[in-house]
Amino acid sequence: MFKDIMIAFGVVAGIALILGVMLAVISRFFAVKEDEKLKAVRACLPGVNCGACGFKGCDDYAAAVTEGRAKPNLCVPGAETSARELGAVLGIEVETPEDVVAFVHCNGNCEATTRKADYTGVASCKAAAMIYGGPDACRFGCIGLGDCAAACPAGAICLKDGIAHVDTEKCLGCGLCQTICPKHIISMVPQETKDVVMCSNTDKGADARKVCKNACIGCKKCEKVCPNGAVTVENNLARVDHSKCVGCGLCAESCPTGCMKKVIFPDIPEGVDPREIIKDASV
Amino acid sequence: MFKTLMIILLSSVLVNNYVLSRFLGICPFLGVSKKLDQATGMGIAVTAVMLLATAVTWPIQYFLLDTIGLGYMQTIVFILVIASLVQMLELLLKRFSPALHKGLGVYLPLITTNCAVLGVAINNITDGYNFLESIVSSLGVGLGFLLAMVLFSGLRSRIDETNIPKPFKGLASTLIAASFISLAFMGFAGIVDKLFG
Repeated sequence: MFKDIMIAFGVVAGIALILGVMLAVISRFFAVKEDEKLKAVRACLPGVNCGACGFKGCDDYAAAVTEGRAKPNLCVPGAETSARELGAVLGIEVETPEDVVAFVHCNGNCEATTRKADYTGVASCKAAAMIYGGPDACRFGCIGLGDCAAACPAGAICLKDGIAHVDTEKCLGCGLCQTICPKHIISMVPQETKDVVMCSNTDKGADARKVCKNACIGCKKCEKVCPNGAVTVENNLARVDHSKCVGCGLCAESCPTGCMKKVIFPDIPEGVDPREIIKDASV
Repeated sequence: MFKTLMIILLSSVLVNNYVLSRFLGICPFLGVSKKLDQATGMGIAVTAVMLLATAVTWPIQYFLLDTIGLGYMQTIVFILVIASLVQMLELLLKRFSPALHKGLGVYLPLITTNCAVLGVAINNITDGYNFLESIVSSLGVGLGFLLAMVLFSGLRSRIDETNIPKPFKGLASTLIAASFISLAFMGFAGIVDKLFG
């Protein structure tokens, strides 16, 4: 009885020992040397794999930075913190990237605009946009099926009253929504932005007004009232030059349709690591 | 001889499909079948591991365990051997074939003694197959797993695109779809014997 137990024990222990030794030998002699620098570089990046740097993911970008194929300030979510740490790891001076947030240039909510058709197909803006430019009366506006919200790695975009809204506190500035929007109405604006145009309609005033109460009619009032020449009307649509805008809000006051708005984006407070915010957001 | 091997191969792919008829390996079947490329990668990795596991566990059973009357230790010894083998395979792949490692590497740790892999090793012994038959049988089971994964990932991507009622969204519809595929595979029962009969 006792002998049987000992034999079984001995055999299994023996097999385990042989396998253990083999594993140890293999992992010792066939180990792949991982670059210490690469590991350090990778640790500086947030790991959301958003692709804003133009590489396949954080690992790919880390490899590119390590080999000197890419600049270390391309990470948008990690922003200054990542760039500074990367600079420290690589021992070089790094220009910090500009903080940007996504902004949806449309205010055609349910009250302001109507639909020209009932769309019941696949719930995706891209698919809806292929059928006569989408179900909305305005062919420039937000379709509101949430391709951007689905693409957002931080869950910063929500859909309200039929249009997308960006929670600028959560927005990482990766620009995935800008790429995916079939109507190209999302743009990346600097975080210091003060006045914005909430419309993308380049039709003539009367036509634009017909499809949406909040549309920019290209009346040029804002252009005339702006003391710094920051607002220009091209193609029946007002545009703000963010480098000239001081945020006086005169354009917003003068706008007859309310498509010019004064906004204050919440800045990420000093000393807070943006990567922590990403972690919270992704949970 | 050839006929027996073909019967073993076809019956383990279609009739005794491990996932759909014997309900082994359900976890990767439901977990990694969302996208076709992942499903294919997983299927190939499982096939490779099954072949390797059978090639090693068959001699262990007949030349080690049976000779010293330790047949009852089969399960634990097999788990031990297969788990370490997969680890070794991963290390060696990483060293000698980084491209292959990139494709299969992520799936290998997931299937260290997956129940389907252990099931093949043990069933080959229980069915009394000789070495060649065991290898053919595990190849068939692996291919059957690959087939089930590919079919199911196709089905799932179709489900994702349709508007289904809210209570059925997600796992519910996935499980129902799995049961339908399983029912369909039940229809293969008896077909292989007739084919060669």
